[in-house]
Amino acid sequence: MRPDLEIITSWIQNNERVLDLGCGSGEFLKNLHTERNVYGIGLEKDLQKIQSCLEIGVNVINQDLDSGLKNFKSNSFDTVLLAQTLQALSQPDVLIEDMLRVGERGIVTFPNFGNWKSRLYLFFRGRMPISKFMPHNWYDTPNIHFCTVKDFDLMCVEKSIKVLNKTVVNLEHQGSLAMKLFPNFLGEIAIYQITRS
Amino acid sequence: MANSSITSVGIVTPEVFHFKDPLILRSGKIIPYYDLITESYGELNKKKDNAILICHALSGDHHAAGFHSESEKKPGWWDSAIGPGKAIDTNLFYVVSVNNLGGCGGSTGPTSVNSVTGKPFGPDFPVITVADWVESQKRLMEVLNIEKWAAVIGGSLGGMQAQHWAIEYPEKLRGAICIASAAKLSAQNIAFNEVARHSITKDPNFHDGRYLEHNSNPKQGLMLARMIGHITYLSDSAMRLKFGKEFTGDQLKPEKNVGRNLKSGELSYELNVDFEVESYLHYQGERFSNNFDANTYLLMTKALDYFDPSTDFNNDLSEAFAGATCKFLLISFSTDWRFPPERSRELVEILLSASCDVSYIEIEADEGHDAFLMPIPKYMEALRAFLKNIYNELEDHAS
Repeated sequence: MRPDLEIITSWIQNNERVLDLGCGSGEFLKNLHTERNVYGIGLEKDLQKIQSCLEIGVNVINQDLDSGLKNFKSNSFDTVLLAQTLQALSQPDVLIEDMLRVGERGIVTFPNFGNWKSRLYLFFRGRMPISKFMPHNWYDTPNIHFCTVKDFDLMCVEKSIKVLNKTVVNLEHQGSLAMKLFPNFLGEIAIYQITRS
Repeated sequence: MANSSITSVGIVTPEVFHFKDPLILRSGKIIPYYDLITESYGELNKKKDNAILICHALSGDHHAAGFHSESEKKPGWWDSAIGPGKAIDTNLFYVVSVNNLGGCGGSTGPTSVNSVTGKPFGPDFPVITVADWVESQKRLMEVLNIEKWAAVIGGSLGGMQAQHWAIEYPEKLRGAICIASAAKLSAQNIAFNEVARHSITKDPNFHDGRYLEHNSNPKQGLMLARMIGHITYLSDSAMRLKFGKEFTGDQLKPEKNVGRNLKSGELSYELNVDFEVESYLHYQGERFSNNFDANTYLLMTKALDYFDPSTDFNNDLSEAFAGATCKFLLISFSTDWRFPPERSRELVEILLSASCDVSYIEIEADEGHDAFLMPIPKYMEALRAFLKNIYNELEDHAS
């Protein structure tokens, strides 16, 4: 399994209720079900991906995250997961607060724009970074809210969100000691476990 | 995959099952014995675990797919979805479709002869509920030697039967597919039903429901009921398209025409049928009133109105579904205003709070409530995908 997903799995207990926001084709929830026996529900807006979920027996609800989670009761899940979707939301802060209303804990992963590669790209080229990982132009990208590890930390302070766990990995989803020391400079993908304080 | 081999189930022959044990209804009344007419498509496997039950809606019957004869023009009502290689694939599943008790397709109902009086039951046929239907379907299941349905599937009122199966006999089904359905009717829906009932019962030919004994038929009432029904099954956009696209009498573009096609090309300035939509409604009403029994229509609308699984569970719907163990698939259509997506989403919320396995998909479609009968690709693919998973699980159990 991808190391970032392995990290997320390690933060989830057996038999938890997990809501996966933007669950894609459902493989991760399927895996969580096998490994942790979770009661999993995925939210997805792409019908093709929904079909993939149905084919492998993953519960999936056709829902656009930008319309919020108001159809979910408070404290109805143990973990609400938002993997690699934060940057594509119209109001990421609102959704994160909603995540923590619905779930006891939240897990958020996002591409870290404070990474040295992004910094060098912007510094030397003077243009918004484009990479194999994020191949879009600034005007047609679905990723409209980029942030850095530091930005995310600050938002958590402002919103009184408690960070339970945080780690960064590179695009190969591997971590290192250096990344632990300089997460905002070396980390390419940030993984946070958060809760209400 | 199987798309190239999409064909019909072909000629089908209905089968009648006779049940001798009395059925005690929700109302307390008893049906001492009864017949159920069914059709089946595909083959029951050795383990008898690949059976799917199709539950029909208000005006449906057991004839869901294929043709009764070479000369029959229209196939069964859900032929778009049932057949070899189709979404409900008869190469994989054994599909059973039944005409519900109280129906007029061949199962015991108001048009059947009451052996005590020698006359048709008519209005004496008791009011039947969804729970009663499920009970009768359960007996059919036993006769067919089926231990567990791979899935129970239905649209609209049929979706309510699937819900009741999941609540009443959780161990008897793997999947419940509820299409364009709701956990219970809203006031607006009951209101539409009441208008339909009123138009039938106030027809001078209704004779308190004993029209058969009077060699009569409350035709005008049935027509009116069906015409109102049809308006609510279609959406505004569907009607604009249906009655506006071939407009040739003027230079108006179809989208400007808003469905005002004229029947004969010009206005009559008389109280005649001028617009295509009017003649369409007349045609549908006429056809329906010649083929459907008025008392059955009344019974079916009552079953719709009465359906509310929470009544047995302290008026708590999530408690009703708390014991359900099957996987649910809910499907709604964007322009359906009889059973709008909102109603399906309410059911999703209930199922979530009951910790049920539930999936929900909302299909963009212009056809309104009627979309559930259309072979809309994304809708068909969702059905297929959900059933494929169930089929694969059957295979897993086999190995």
